[in-house]
Formats: sequence, structure tokens, C-alpha cells
Amino acid sequence: MTTIANLKDLMTRNLRSSGIVVAFVLIVAFFTALTDGLLLSPRNVSNLTQQYSYILILAIGMVIVIIGGHIDLSVGSVVALTGAVSAVLVIKGGAPWWVGVLAAIATGLLVGVWQGFWVAYVGIPAFIVTLAGMLLFRGLTYIVLDNVSLSPFPGEYSTIAQGFVNGLLGGYGYDTFTLLVFGLAVLGYAVAAYRNRRAKLSYNQDVEAMPLFVVKTVLVAAVVMWFAWQIATYRGLPVVLIILAALILAYSMITKHSIFGRHVYAIGGNLAAAQLSGVRVKRVNFLIFLNMGFLASIAGVVFSARSSSAQPGAGNMFELDAIAACFIGGAAVTGGVGTVVGAMVGGLIMAVMSNGMQLMGVDQSTQQVVKGLVLLLAVGYDIWNKKRSGARTA
Amino acid sequence: MSESTASPAYGDGPILEMRGITKTFPGVKALSDVNLSVDRGEIHAICGENGAGKSTLMKVLSGVHPHGTYDGEIVLDGTPATFRSINDSEARGVVIIHQELALVPYLSIAENIFLGNERRRAGRLVDWNSTNTEAAELLTRVGLAESPTQPVSTLGVGKQQLVEIAKALSKEVRLLILDEPTAALNDQDSEHLLDILRRLREEGVTCIIISHKLGEIAEIADRTTIIRDGQTIETIDMTDPDSTQDRIIRGMVGRSLDNRFPERTSVIGDEVLRVEDWTVHHPTQPGRVVVDKAALSVRAGEVVGIAGLMGAGRTELAMSVFGHSYGRDISGRVFVHGREVSVKDVPSAIDAGIAYVSEDRKQLGLNLIEDVRRNTSAAGLPQLSRAGWVNEHEELRVAEEYRESMGTRTPNVLVPVGKLSGGNQQKVALSKWIYTDPEVLILDEPTRGIDVGAKYEIYTLINKMVADGKAVLVISSELPELLGTCDRIYTLAAGRITGEVDVASATQEGLMSLMTQEADA
Repeated sequence: MTTIANLKDLMTRNLRSSGIVVAFVLIVAFFTALTDGLLLSPRNVSNLTQQYSYILILAIGMVIVIIGGHIDLSVGSVVALTGAVSAVLVIKGGAPWWVGVLAAIATGLLVGVWQGFWVAYVGIPAFIVTLAGMLLFRGLTYIVLDNVSLSPFPGEYSTIAQGFVNGLLGGYGYDTFTLLVFGLAVLGYAVAAYRNRRAKLSYNQDVEAMPLFVVKTVLVAAVVMWFAWQIATYRGLPVVLIILAALILAYSMITKHSIFGRHVYAIGGNLAAAQLSGVRVKRVNFLIFLNMGFLASIAGVVFSARSSSAQPGAGNMFELDAIAACFIGGAAVTGGVGTVVGAMVGGLIMAVMSNGMQLMGVDQSTQQVVKGLVLLLAVGYDIWNKKRSGARTA
Repeated sequence: MSESTASPAYGDGPILEMRGITKTFPGVKALSDVNLSVDRGEIHAICGENGAGKSTLMKVLSGVHPHGTYDGEIVLDGTPATFRSINDSEARGVVIIHQELALVPYLSIAENIFLGNERRRAGRLVDWNSTNTEAAELLTRVGLAESPTQPVSTLGVGKQQLVEIAKALSKEVRLLILDEPTAALNDQDSEHLLDILRRLREEGVTCIIISHKLGEIAEIADRTTIIRDGQTIETIDMTDPDSTQDRIIRGMVGRSLDNRFPERTSVIGDEVLRVEDWTVHHPTQPGRVVVDKAALSVRAGEVVGIAGLMGAGRTELAMSVFGHSYGRDISGRVFVHGREVSVKDVPSAIDAGIAYVSEDRKQLGLNLIEDVRRNTSAAGLPQLSRAGWVNEHEELRVAEEYRESMGTRTPNVLVPVGKLSGGNQQKVALSKWIYTDPEVLILDEPTRGIDVGAKYEIYTLINKMVADGKAVLVISSELPELLGTCDRIYTLAAGRITGEVDVASATQEGLMSLMTQEADA
């Protein structure tokens, strides 16, 4: 196959997934132009990662929930509740920072057990269970905080979301450690991609032609290293970025390569067929919500650390941003389809749009209108795409 | 009300004549030159195997298949009928009651009766008084002593059937078509329903009844028309002393077995699966027994068939054995290789070495949006993984291996299963279960909806499985298929095993009479 034909084939076959990446690049270019490059300034790039990290963390859990054919409306309230529990222990009770983190995670797991029980073992639709949870956990947040905000968290705690790893290997106007970490990651990506390509070849699968493969890999490497340079010349590697990267890596592996991940796709794709294939549907559904509770607590810790406080109204509407990220990133409303990476790109599209519009001084109301339209168009495109390709009944 | 006073305005010719009806679907000729003549005020039964074309014929008559999509002529009351929808046919007094009842469970009996045909006052408002009074009158006519305001969901199937009839009467029905009305009913309810039909006949309503129960037909029908392979075989006058059940059965199955099945020499070994005293109750209707003290066994290298008509409990028997996937209050024992095993859920059934390939590939068998590779591995992930992580390279290799050995036609194994043809989808479903390396494989309608060539390939695969020493249980509506592939056949009627026949001594007629045996017979 010629490179051109190959490229065309790749584009049409992966129109959905590559379409979203193309859209992301276009949106970045658009706002960079409109903000005179401010969007891509080192300071803003660093800020952006920190400011939207908790939405991305929520989106990781949410996309698994959505692939399984459910929804979770309660995550915003769970972010608030877990942050509040932590704040009460650390700020009010003077406990060390890690006690707060562990208590928040324990709270998140309890929430997961609670919601997982009702969804999986009682059989109440997740929409109802988590709608109830949204009210329930918000109310508990008010009770835990006694209706007042708590602040500030001690320095170590805030570091989780506000800190940087800098100067570990010395710096010369740029942080060597950051560049090294990213360099290794890019190298790892290239090696993995090459090995995957070779494995596919040995099983007679279609792969893109060598020149195209090289161009693609170099392009990805260039973009990532450029990003690394931006944050290395600012204040170094944000701690939260390390957490986020670890989570993305781990959950990409889990969704793609673990039995649990496969079962989630199977349940979302055809519940009855999954059950008749020996999938323990109840257990899988329970684990999906347990995991969502866990990730919501991580997001709760990051958010409370970032704002260095716990407020009764924290995390309001986060669930909608996380859900939107998943759908923009290609998850199907009917379940069975979606990827962690897709949800991350979807989340970044939302992040860049919000951030870009803020930099331009667009008011809040217009921002909401634009975000709403983007969500609508993304899912509309998804449905149109499915109708066109036909034979895809779910 | 006598017949002559009921219909003087329409003359005395037959109420309905269907002449030369031919209906083709893409690739299939469902009806070929079918003739049906129904006299005024009679109960006319239509008999035929599953898939013979009975339901298609009734859909043509009621306008579900609109005029113009079929060839031939329908004459109703002496005037040609060109129905374009159900509304058209109902306007002329032709009402069909389908096997799956079409009532809205949370609406009241009266609301259901007049749904889409509401009693009105002041133009757009529902007249509740006349709705409920008229409903009460209709209920008396069908002998149902329930309040019209009661929700339909509180009624059993038998009573719901009567509500459907009341609904038909509200439309001033003159020709009532019932598609297997008693298939889901117990004996008492069936008897009551037949009484109502007799009473309606006295009132001048003509009835067409599709039924598999020959005893019932003998009891109620004035004439019977037999349909086979989309053609009318004959119409029998039931008062004729010659109208025996044997004659009907011969008409239903009388076709020769040609060479549609691959040769196989059976090498039969030890017993692999034995089911004893297996009783299953309906999941939502308490007290209704779907499978009644069934017992069966399958040996290594043996293909055993289960024959039964629609509603006999074939799928229910198989699915309840496969990890209690159907029904409730299940009792009985299952043995694999002589050792009693637990089949309390699907994973235990799979562990015990049982595999079940569903009759409903799209709803219950495959994940259509997922690719061939992942569907092939869906039930065998434990074999493909270590510590919960799937070995993807091995998975791909397995999928390729099965694509090749099964002869699945797909460009590669990364194509979504939904894009394959029915026959190839079935091969993927088979691959998935053969990869779990089961002791016994239950195939539920393995050739439903696939073309003749693919059927032959599926039969070849069945032969290959038993040659490998597996035990295979085949459920099929097609008797020739069972006779062509099996060593032994069980017949099932109304949830009971009514016979066990060695294929050497089995005939279609013999099987059919066992399959139509009623509880009291």
C-alpha cells in the first residue's frame, strides 16, 4: 500500500478517534491565535494542567462508568465530601497531611461501596442512585463542615496540587529532571509503538507504512517534548501531573488489557450476552462504582489542595464537565465504547476552550453557551457517524 | 343471533378469499401461490410447522405487509381488499391478535380496550362513563369477571388474552385472527378461551386460528388448512371421518429429505451430561411450570436433538441448565461425567464444562459492536490471562486460529461482528464456546436465519465436535435438520419430555405426534 493510500485509509478508519485529535489541535491553534500566543505560554500551560487535573481524574473513572453503560451524577458532591473530611481532620484536628489524604480516600471508597451496592446488587439504575448520591453527599458535606469553609491547608498538603518537582538534577533556566522524565516517556512510547507494530505484522494485521509510522511517532515526540520544554522553563514538573500521568497509564492498561476492563466493555456492549458468557455482572458493576468513588476521592484531595480549603459548595457541576469530557472523547451514550485517552482529549478540549475564553476575557455566560454547543455537536457527530457506517446496532 | 341474520348485507359467499398469494423477502420466498378460503361464521384452523409461512400469510391479510408488497388477490365480503396498514384492515372488521399480547400493562382494562379508538365527548376529551360502561359490556361478552378499571398488569395471561378479544370486539370485528392463542395458557384457561370462540361463532364472528395443538383443532375447528414451505397443501373438512391427526401431520411435514447433511459415523462413548427431574417455573408468573420433571442424557460423540414446537420449553430447558439463565424455583440435578455439578450461575456451568450457544445471536450471543477477536475470547478469558491480565498476542493468535478452522469469512479478526453475515456470526459464536473447551455443547437453533450453504458448514462443524469426543445437544424447530444431524431425539411438549426416539426409527410424523401430545392425551 502506498503511503498516501495508507494515510487515507488510516484517516477514514479512525475518523472518529483521529477526528477528535484534529479538533483538539484546531482548537488549540484557534485560541493561540486569538490570545496572541498567551495560551501556549509556559506559565499558562503549567497552570492549565493544574487547574483541570481534577476534572481529568474524574473523567478517567467516569469513562469506565460510561463504557459499562451507567452514569455517575454524584462525583461533584463526592469531591466536596472527601475534601471536607480531609479538611476537618487536617485543618480542624491538626492531623498530619497524609492522614487527611487517607481519610479522604477511605471516604471515597465507602461512597463507592454504597453506590455500587444499590446499582449492582439492588438493581436501581445508576442515574437514580447517583442522583440521590448527589444530594446525599452534598448534604453530608454541609454537615461535616458545619456549613462553613475551612482553610488553609498546611504547606505539605497544598503541594499535592500546587507544588513542583524542580531542580532535582539541577537547572540552567530549565529543569533537567523534567526534560529527562519526558525524554524517557517519549522513548518508551516509541519503543512500545514499534514493538506493537512488529507484533501486528507477525499476526498479519494491517499496519501503517513505515514512513507514515516514523512521521507519526516523531510528530508525537515533538509535541510532547515541546510541552516538556514549556513546563521545564517555567517552574518544573507539577506534582499533580505526575499523579495524573500515573493514573492515565494505569487505567489505560486496566481498560485495555485486564479481564476486568474487558468485562466492562462486554457489559456495556451487550449486557445479556456478557452474562451468558460467564461475566459476573454484579461484581463488575460494583467494582466500577467502587473505582469511581476512589478516583473521586483523589480528585477531592487534589481540588482541596489546589484551593487550600474545603468549601460546602466545592465541586459543584464537576460531574457535568467529567461526563462531557467522556462523550466529546468518543464514549457512546449506550455503553460499550470509549477509551481513557479519548476522555482525556475530550477533557483537554473543554479545558483549552474554558481557559482560552478566560484569557480572552469572554464572560462566564458565553463560555457556558459555547461549551454546551461543543458537547452537543460532538455527540451529534458521533450519532451521525454511526448511522452512516450502519450495521452498528447496540 | 343466528348466522343468517348476522350478515345478510354481505351475501352468502365466503367471507374471505385469498388467491395466489406470493410473498418474497430478499432471497427467500416465504409464500408461494397460497390459496385460502374462509366461510362466513366458521372457525378455520391453519396448521403448519414453524416457518411454514402461517404468520406471513396473516400479516399479508391484516395489512402489516401492505398491498403491493405481495402478489395475488384478497377478496373480503366479495370486494377486493387492498390494505395498506393495520388500520385499513381493522376498518373492514379484520382484527389480528398476536401471540405476544400488545397490551399496555399499567393502563386499565377499559383504557386498553379503547386504546387508539377512544370513546370521546366534546371532540377531544375522553368520555370515561361510556368507556367504562361499554368495556364492562364487552367483558361480559368474553366472560371475564373483572372490573374495567383494573390495571391489565394484575391479570394473568389467560385473562389478558380475553381482554385482547374484547378489544377486537370493540372494533366490531367480523373476522378475528388468533395467532397461537393457547400457546401460553394452561388447560383451564385454554378451555375457557375455546368456549368463548364457540360463543362468538354463534354470534356470527368468523375466526381464523393458528395452532400447533392438534387435539384443540380437532375439538374446535370446522375446517383446517395446512401450509407447508409457503404453499397450501390442502383444506380439510373436520367433520369428514378422514380428518385424522395423522393426515394433518403428514400434510405438515410431508417433504423428502434430500442430501443436505454431511455424512457422519457415530462413535458413541460414555455418558457426559445427565439431567434429572428438572423443573423450572416461569420467571414472572408464579405457579406456571415451564419445564416439568424433564430428564435427559447425552453421551460423548453423540448428537442429541430436542424437538418441540414453539412454547414447548426447549430454550427454557437449555437456558435453565446453563447456569439458571432462565426461570425461577428451579429444581433437579445435573451430572457431568457422572459427577453431580452445580449450575447455580453461568460461571459454574462453564466450569462444569457446559456451553450454550443461544438461538438469539444478536441479543444474547454476541457483542455486535466489538470485533471478531474479542468476541471469540469473550467466554475464554481465564485461559488467556495470568493474574487478571489478558495476553493480547495470544488472544489474536487464538482468534486467527478459529477464523481459519471455522472458515469464518471476514477480512480480518478486527472487524466488528455486527458487520458479518448471519452464518459468519454464528461461526464466531461457536468459536467462542468451543474455545472454552466444553464437555457438552448445547446449540439452540444453530442454523436459524442463515442460508443453506452456511447451514451445511455448521453441520460439518457439529460433526467435527463430536468426532473430537464432545457431546452435542441440538435444539431445532426443523425436524429434517434433527433427523439429518442427530443420533437420538427427545420430544418436548408443554414442558414435558414426551418421547425419546432413536434416529434410525424416527419419522417426522412420529415426532410430530409426540410433539403435539397434550397434557391430558
